[in-house]
Amino acid sequence: MSAPDAEILARLQFAFTISFHILFPTLTIGLAAFLFFVEAAWLRTKDETYLRLYHFWVRIFALTFGMGVVSGLVLSYQLGTNWSEFSRISGPVLGPLIGFEVLTAFFMEAGFLGVMLFGWNKVGPRLHFLATFLVAFGTMLSSFWILSANSWMQTPQGAHLDPVLGSFVPDDWLAIIFNPSFLYRLSHMLTASFLTTAIFIAGVSAYYHLAGKHKALAAKSQSIALWAILVLAPLQIFIGDQHGLNVLAHQPVKVAAMEANWDRQAGAPLILFALPDSKLEKNHFEISIPKGASLILTHDPNGVVPGLKDVPKEDRPPVGVVFWSFRVMVGLGVLFLLIGLWGAYARYRGTLVHDVWLNRLCLAATPAGFVATLAGWFVAEVGRQPYTIYGVLRTADSASPVISATMIAATLTAFLIVYGGLFGAYLYYLVKLIRVGPALPAPENEDETPEAIRGARPGLVVPGE
Amino acid sequence: MDLALIAAGVIAAGILIYIVLDGFDLGVGILFPFAPDDTSRDVMMNSVAPVWDGNETWLILGGGGLLVFFPVAYSTALPAFYLPVMVLLFALIFRGVAFEFRHSAHTSKFLWDRAFFFGSLVATFAQGVLAGALIQGVTIVDRRFAGGMFDWLSPFSILTGLGLVAGYGLLGATWLVMKSEGETQSWARRAALTLGAAVFIAMVAVSVMTPLLHPAIAERWFGGINALLLAPVPLMTALNAALLYYGLLSGRERLPFFSAIGLFVWGYIGIGVSLFPNIVPPSLTIWEAAAPRSSMIFALGGVAVTLPMIFVYTWYAYSVFRGKASEHGGYAKH
Repeated sequence: MSAPDAEILARLQFAFTISFHILFPTLTIGLAAFLFFVEAAWLRTKDETYLRLYHFWVRIFALTFGMGVVSGLVLSYQLGTNWSEFSRISGPVLGPLIGFEVLTAFFMEAGFLGVMLFGWNKVGPRLHFLATFLVAFGTMLSSFWILSANSWMQTPQGAHLDPVLGSFVPDDWLAIIFNPSFLYRLSHMLTASFLTTAIFIAGVSAYYHLAGKHKALAAKSQSIALWAILVLAPLQIFIGDQHGLNVLAHQPVKVAAMEANWDRQAGAPLILFALPDSKLEKNHFEISIPKGASLILTHDPNGVVPGLKDVPKEDRPPVGVVFWSFRVMVGLGVLFLLIGLWGAYARYRGTLVHDVWLNRLCLAATPAGFVATLAGWFVAEVGRQPYTIYGVLRTADSASPVISATMIAATLTAFLIVYGGLFGAYLYYLVKLIRVGPALPAPENEDETPEAIRGARPGLVVPGE
Repeated sequence: MDLALIAAGVIAAGILIYIVLDGFDLGVGILFPFAPDDTSRDVMMNSVAPVWDGNETWLILGGGGLLVFFPVAYSTALPAFYLPVMVLLFALIFRGVAFEFRHSAHTSKFLWDRAFFFGSLVATFAQGVLAGALIQGVTIVDRRFAGGMFDWLSPFSILTGLGLVAGYGLLGATWLVMKSEGETQSWARRAALTLGAAVFIAMVAVSVMTPLLHPAIAERWFGGINALLLAPVPLMTALNAALLYYGLLSGRERLPFFSAIGLFVWGYIGIGVSLFPNIVPPSLTIWEAAAPRSSMIFALGGVAVTLPMIFVYTWYAYSVFRGKASEHGGYAKH
C-alpha cells in the first residue's frame, strides 16, 4: 500500500480513540462538580437526600472515571507510536504542557479518588469533602493544560522552528500557554462538560419521574440540573459566539468551512442546509438567510466573511464534515436553551415533576450533550486540517514514517472491536446502575443499614483498620 | 548544570516508582486465579482498588516524561516497539475497567475476573519484553527509527518478559502477605517462596546474557577497577534475596515486601549501569535526545514544585488505607 493510506488510517485511528476518550472526561468533569455541590449541600443542611444523591452518582462517576483513565493512557502513547514526527517536532512545546497535566492534575485526582470512593468510613466528613473538592479541582486543572496544548496547535505562538534540530524551541512559555484561542476554548469546553452533565442528570431524573420511582431524590436532582441548564445554555451560546469571532480572526478558512462559504464576500448568507461539493467548489440544494453569516460572524449585515477559495485547494479542510458538525452543535445548543426555558416555566407553574412532555423531552435528550460536544470537537479538529499545527506543520508530515498501513489497519481494527465491546459493557452497567437507582432510605434491605448511609457522620465513624 | 542528567534522573526515578507500585497491583492480578477461594479474591481486589489508579499514573508520567525531556527518545522508541506497546495498552485497558465492571457485575463477574488476570499477565509480559528490547537496542538513523517492526522480538526479550511476570508476581504475593490474614496470607507466602526462586533464576540469566549483547556493556562491568566498584550491585541483590527468604520463612509480614522491592531496585540499578549514558541504546545518549534548554528548565521547575506534593498525598492516600484489607471494604454501602 502507498503512504497516503497509512496517513489516512493513522488519522482515522486517532480520531476514533480521542473521540471515544473525550466522552468520559466530559461527564466526569461535570459530575465531579455536581458531587462537590451535593456534598457541600449535605454538610450545610444535613438533608439526607443530598447524601443519598452523592452515593448514587459517585458510582456512575467511578465507572466513567475508569473508562477515562484507560482510554486516556492510550492517547499518551499513541502520539509516539503513530505520530512520531509530530512528537519529535512539537514535543519540546507540547511535552511540558502534557507533563504539567500529569504532575498537577492526574496525581491529585488519582490520589484522592480512592479516598472519595472508598474512604467514607476511614476519614471524617470534612476530609472526605476535601477529597471530593480536590478531585473536582483536578479535573479542571487537567482541562486547563490539555486545552492549552490543543489551543497551541490551533493558534501557535511563543516558539520557533529550529532549522538545525528540526523541532520547535520554546521562547516564551506564558505566550505558549495563554495562546490566543486558549481561554475561549477552555471556557467553551468546561461549560460544555457542565451542560452535558446537567442534561444527563436531567434525563436520568426524568426517567425516574416517568417510571414513578425515587420521587424525592429525582425531584432534587432534576431541580439542580434544570437550574444549571437555564444558566449554562445561554452562557454557552454567548461563549460560543465569542469563540467564533476568535476563530474568524485566527483561522478564517475554518470559519469558511463552518459556513460552507466558497467566495470571500460582504453580506454573506447564513446557510441552513447545503451539500458542499469540494470538487466543484460550490454547494448543492442550498437554503439560506441573506446576510445571516455576516451578521453572526462580524455583527454587521454587510461585514466581509472569508471564503474557502481564499486559499489553494490543498490548504482547505474537508468542508462537509465541518459544516454539518457545526450545525449539529448549534442546533443542540438551541434545544438545550429551550429545555432550560421550559424548565423555568414549569417551575414557575409548579409542575416540574408532573410535566410529562418536559420529562419525555429530557429523557430523549439524555445523550444529546455528548453529541453536541463531539460535534464541536469535529469542527475544531477537522477544521484545522490539513495541519496538525495550524499553518506550520502538515498532518502528512506528522505521521510515523516507518509504520506500515497494514500495521495501523490491524491496530485500528483491534481498537474498533475492543472499544466497541467496552462501550457496550459500560452502557450495560450504566443502565443497570440507573435502573437499580439510588438506595432506599429505610433499612429494608440488608445492605441499607442506617449506619452504612450515615457512615461518615461524626460519632458513627468506624475506625480504620 | 547538566539538565539532561537531572532529567534522566527524574525519569529513571519515575519509572522505578512505577515498577514498584504498579508492579505489586499487576502482580495481584497475575496471582488472581490461583487464590484459594472467592473470599481471598475479594480481599486481593480490595487491597489494590483504592490505589491502582494512582500507581498507573506513574506510567503516564513515564511516557509524558520522555516526551517532555527526551522527545527524540520518545519518537524513536515508540515506533520501534509499536506492537508490544499496543499490546501493553490493550492489556491495561482490560484490567483497568475490570475493577469497576467487576464491582457492578453479578452474573458476568467471572468475565471481569478473567479480564483482570489476563490483562495483568499480558501487560506485565509486554513490559518485560519492552525492557529486554530496549537493552538489546534500537536502530536509529538521523534521529528517526530505522529498523524493522519485529526487531524487538528475541529470546532475550522473551526471557525478560517471563522474568518480569515472576517479578511482579513476587511483589504481588509479598504485598498480600502484608495486607491479608489467615488462609489468604499463608497461600501468598507459599506463592512468594516459589516466585522468589523463579525471580532469582531470571535475574542470574539476564545478568549473564546482558554483557554478551554488547561488548561495551561487558567493558562497563568487568573493565579494570569497575568490577570492584560495581561489586555492591550483585552483593546487595543477593543480600535482599536472603532477607526475602528469611522474612518469608520466619513469618514476618512486612519484610518480604520490602526486600522484594529491594531486589527490584538493585536489578534496576544494574540495568542503569549497563545502559548509561544511552537513553535508547546502543547509540542515542541522553544529551543527543534532550529537549531544548527552555523546555527542560520549565518542566524541571514544575517537577521540583509538584513532585514533593505528589509524594505527600500519595503517602496520605496509602496511609488512609493502611492495615489489613478486608473482603467487604470497597465502596461505602449506598
